[in-house]
Amino acid sequence: MKKTFGGPAIFLDRSDINTDEIIPAKYLTEVTKEALKPYILEDLKLDGFDPKGEKLKKARVVVSRENFGCGSSREHAPWVFEVNDVHTIIAQSYARIFRQNTFNGGMLAIELPKADLDRLFALEKEGEVTISVDLDGQKVTAVAGGKTETFSFEISPFDKALVQAGGWVEFADARY
Amino acid sequence: MGKTIAEKIFAAHLRDEPFPGTKVLNLDRVLCHEITTPVAIADLEARGKDRIFDPDKIKAVIDHVTPSKDSKTALQAKMLRDWARRHQIKDFFDIGHNGVCHAIFPEKGYIRPGFTVIMGDSHTCTHGAFGAFAAGVGTTDLEVGILKGVCAFREPATIRVNLTGTLPQGVYAKDAILFIIGQVGVNGATDRVLEFQGPIIDAMSMDARMTLCNMAIEAGATCGICMPDMTTVNYLWPFIQGEFKSKEAALEEYRKWISDDDAVYDKVLDFDLSTLEPQVTYDYKPDCVKSVGEMAGTKVDQIYIGTCTNGRIEDLRVVAAILKGRKIAETVRGIVSPATPKIFSDALAEGIIQIFMEAGFCVTNPTCGACLGMSNGVLAEGEVCASTSNRNFRGRMGKGGMVHLMSPATAAATAIKGVITDARTL
Repeated sequence: MKKTFGGPAIFLDRSDINTDEIIPAKYLTEVTKEALKPYILEDLKLDGFDPKGEKLKKARVVVSRENFGCGSSREHAPWVFEVNDVHTIIAQSYARIFRQNTFNGGMLAIELPKADLDRLFALEKEGEVTISVDLDGQKVTAVAGGKTETFSFEISPFDKALVQAGGWVEFADARY
Repeated sequence: MGKTIAEKIFAAHLRDEPFPGTKVLNLDRVLCHEITTPVAIADLEARGKDRIFDPDKIKAVIDHVTPSKDSKTALQAKMLRDWARRHQIKDFFDIGHNGVCHAIFPEKGYIRPGFTVIMGDSHTCTHGAFGAFAAGVGTTDLEVGILKGVCAFREPATIRVNLTGTLPQGVYAKDAILFIIGQVGVNGATDRVLEFQGPIIDAMSMDARMTLCNMAIEAGATCGICMPDMTTVNYLWPFIQGEFKSKEAALEEYRKWISDDDAVYDKVLDFDLSTLEPQVTYDYKPDCVKSVGEMAGTKVDQIYIGTCTNGRIEDLRVVAAILKGRKIAETVRGIVSPATPKIFSDALAEGIIQIFMEAGFCVTNPTCGACLGMSNGVLAEGEVCASTSNRNFRGRMGKGGMVHLMSPATAAATAIKGVITDARTL
């Protein structure tokens, strides 16, 4: 499935958001990605955040802090973002398995340094933030209330190749 | 320049380096369970690639929800079962023979020093106890592992953790790893291997080393790893005696994996654990750790003993020694899940199951059960569980529930008193 990067952003201002918060284990009994859709971030408790709210429904980008996606290896975590059309995550750092799962699905787990992330979070005060991603140029542009911020990001050539190939199955199948 | 054990395993299994820094490894084991594998199976079918790379290197078990609790979990079990039969995976463990993946696969002798192991389960790091590189992965990595027998990793740097001194009486591997996670932090070892060395490790049984390595992921590590030694050889001997003429010969072979003296580490951490207290978690992250004394008196509603962390026979023996002749508090519910049928059966033979039952525990079949709130033993809102498992995330054992992680000994003492209790004070 073709992934779309960028769009309206939702900000989850906490470190260590874990996979149980992203998709509770009780929903791991589903055997299709689509069935996970209603349960996105259901157990996340955060001031001003409503897992059933319009803001999350409209979001195409999730922005968070350190060690995003820690805990379980469940790929249901990036899948629940995928089926909700969130194909871009931006954070200071990720848990290894979550990061790999996200790239393996052909989606983006972008890392920004703390100072850049602070600027991005500050933009939220200006109003709704819309983000666009230039994968080739490795740039993220965020716009809110007439204010624009641009950030460069690093991505490993392998992770970039996974996104371009559409995922690890496609990449591996062509090569091994 | 010397190499770490992880670097040696990487070098010996390197299939491809598609880009600098990305190592695609050949896999010795691809382990599967019924929660994360069915989506991979369905995706392979949808792609017209319902094949497996090697029926002998793939092992499968139904363990998370068993017996199945509803139609959905029955379907997951059926998908794994049908697939294992279709592809003649002979090491497939279904009900009556199944147990918690990270207990049953080592118990069957499937994990050897120098192996590369993946599984769609974050606690796959457990198998590093055998001197293997074992990593939890997602379903896509698992799918490619099943189809091609390879997995891609960034070559992980290694943090060496030296545990010196001797563990005090009543302090266990679980306390050691909770303490280490508290020191390192939940992301302190991300993209790193945690290599455990020192006299405390040398003195540990394989059960204890598995407890230690099991929780490496809670510090973010790709794998926890111990050096293979005679303890490893003794554990594996029933499975490898046909391959080696003596245990010494086996050890000589396995020693080639051991980290060189001049290996380069990302970091070296030294902890003298001679005065370590039993450790208990508070809050919702596994690095929120305090000494049991600071947590003593905290009221609990449920005690859970089992899981891939602490459901092995040595754990049950520790608990039984404390429970013997005692009853659990009337205010608590006690649940014990021996991690495999062999552990269950050994516990029966040793009279341990009887002790649990007389103390007032419910003894369940081997399953992941209450640990992740997927099947039995789910907490009600506002309830508190003293658990020998590995995660205390919010809602982990049921929405609105609180989990305190601790050793089996602390859990046993807590069961008797109904509040968090230092077993050494009983």
